[in-house]
Amino acid sequence: MKEIVILSGKGGTGKTTIVGSFAALAQSKVLADCDVDAADLHLLLSPSERQKSEFWSGQVAYIDRDRCTECGLCQELCRFDAIKDFMVDPVSCEGCGFCSHVCPVEAITMKENMSGYWFISDTKYGPLVHARLGIAQENSGKLVAAVRQQAKQIAESEGEDLIISDGPPGIGCPVISSLSGASLALLVTEPTLSGMHDLERVLGVCRHFGVPVLVCINKCDLNEGNTQQIESQCLSQGVEIAGRVPFDNIVSQSIVQGIPVVEYSNGTVTQEIERMWHTISARLRNSSKE
Amino acid sequence: MIISVASGKGGTGKTLVATSLALSLKHSHGVVLLDCDVEEPNDHVFLQPEITGSKAVSILVPKIGEDKCTYCGRCAEVCTYHAIAVLGNNVMTFPQLCHGCGACSYLCPEKAISEESRETGVVEWGHSDGVGFIHGKLTVGEAMAPPVIRKVKEYASNDGTVIIDVPPGTSCPVVEAIKGSDFCLLVTEPTPFGLNDLCLAVETVRELNIPCGVVLNRAGVGDAGVQEYCRKQKIPILLTIPLDTEIARLYSRGIPLVEGLPEWGESFRQLLKRVTELVDERNRDTEW
Ligand code: SF4
Ligand code: SF4
Ligand code: SF4
Ligand code: SF4
Repeated sequence: MKEIVILSGKGGTGKTTIVGSFAALAQSKVLADCDVDAADLHLLLSPSERQKSEFWSGQVAYIDRDRCTECGLCQELCRFDAIKDFMVDPVSCEGCGFCSHVCPVEAITMKENMSGYWFISDTKYGPLVHARLGIAQENSGKLVAAVRQQAKQIAESEGEDLIISDGPPGIGCPVISSLSGASLALLVTEPTLSGMHDLERVLGVCRHFGVPVLVCINKCDLNEGNTQQIESQCLSQGVEIAGRVPFDNIVSQSIVQGIPVVEYSNGTVTQEIERMWHTISARLRNSSKE
Repeated sequence: MIISVASGKGGTGKTLVATSLALSLKHSHGVVLLDCDVEEPNDHVFLQPEITGSKAVSILVPKIGEDKCTYCGRCAEVCTYHAIAVLGNNVMTFPQLCHGCGACSYLCPEKAISEESRETGVVEWGHSDGVGFIHGKLTVGEAMAPPVIRKVKEYASNDGTVIIDVPPGTSCPVVEAIKGSDFCLLVTEPTPFGLNDLCLAVETVRELNIPCGVVLNRAGVGDAGVQEYCRKQKIPILLTIPLDTEIARLYSRGIPLVEGLPEWGESFRQLLKRVTELVDERNRDTEW
């Protein structure tokens, strides 16, 4: 089974637009939205929910005020400043459990924490696994892992051999979680100085974890000079450019309509995305990594 | 006053707003811009600050003194993150998984565990054109942004105006960055994606009990969903920036909006004025 994850470093480069289009173009696949913080893919795919599951992960300390003798030890030892006035601030608590081990009167218990939901849905393009991290929750990395795990199971049981996942922004915990063991990463960038800076860092993460990469330059005509610079940088690092997609308002219009752009228009954007998908599927077929 | 600039997803113009707001205030006293988007810090691209100092960010991870260790297994048992394993006469640590909570070293009955620091990022500070500047950078390959964000915020003094560029999303790094702000500006664009992410961002700031207002970027594309939502939720739209190729071009070249098109300076100063009024109003209300 192959898995391609689409990343961008920074958000807003058009990652989800590209993933939505691949969903429409790819033959047999399972879709996974690993952007569990701010999932948008469902807005393009009109999913109907098949299954909704709670995601329990991590713990939060709770102080029983009747037992607490206000000795202050827990407050002194907590390294995350999560206890004030003998009360735990659940937002700051990292759930490490240190306080519960040291309290001399056993007033502290660790409570399981429901940190979000994950869903399996059906779309016109195949099954979609997506998730919703609770507000201000930790463990987005673990929820990403759960989404990928589900996507794999579905792919196995339904005989699909490809997973397309929409990755989270950044380079931290959820990104690492979405990347480990993937067959290929497509990095969507844009020709802005900040986009280029972010691309460098997300390339570093992929290299660090040994995942092969392709780059897509979106809105490539926004700044031709920067586009050329990205191309030469990629060339010098042996990174292939899989596609160059021009800027077009049609993309925003397709988002408003809630339709992947390749199904909304026949213009240049669509042609370029189709060509890119060709390059990518060839790469996936040839990659020996299972 | 501390104003954070956030958006449910990235790429909506958060960096544009944070940098231009900071630069528009450069003639007033004590303006500091904190870039807390430590996974992908960008503000320095626009501000080109002169960096005058830096400090490594590290967390304390356990170091096992094998001479004292009796392989009792207590450390592995108390570590919630499975960063220590005891197998027979062998203690293994996995520093990448360690959150630096300190439980293992404190609870080891033999006092066999000392702590050493492990670098996970860096904080740098300096200034640019009269604006103080601090940012953090998470080391590539590291997972945990919050400790780096905490350090960036420690370096900011509280007098004057502090502007915080918040990472995208709604999870722990975002909360870490926004916590303690007097006001949160939510930058979004008028599309269904923008609206979806705005709703999540609003829930987050409400959870933290911080007042918020919206900056609508790239106005002119998309639909009216964001405006309708703001009206219903009684969230003020404090600034509207149109979809404009000149603005996009300046951005692509790393030129702050208020430098490239100085007429925008006044709009950002007005924005600050409105925010100040809203914060004052709210403080009066809560005093009541
Ligand atoms: S569980 Fe850890 S972070 Fe939470 S309050 Fe206790 S010591 Fe602090
Ligand atoms: S350690 Fe236990 S008894 Fe002491 S203040 Fe904390 S909860 Fe109360
Ligand atoms: S708790 Fe201390 S003595 Fe026990 S296994 Fe860990 S390091 Fe060794
Ligand atoms: S410091 Fe905390 S997280 Fe790190 S190894 Fe020790 S118990 Fe585990």
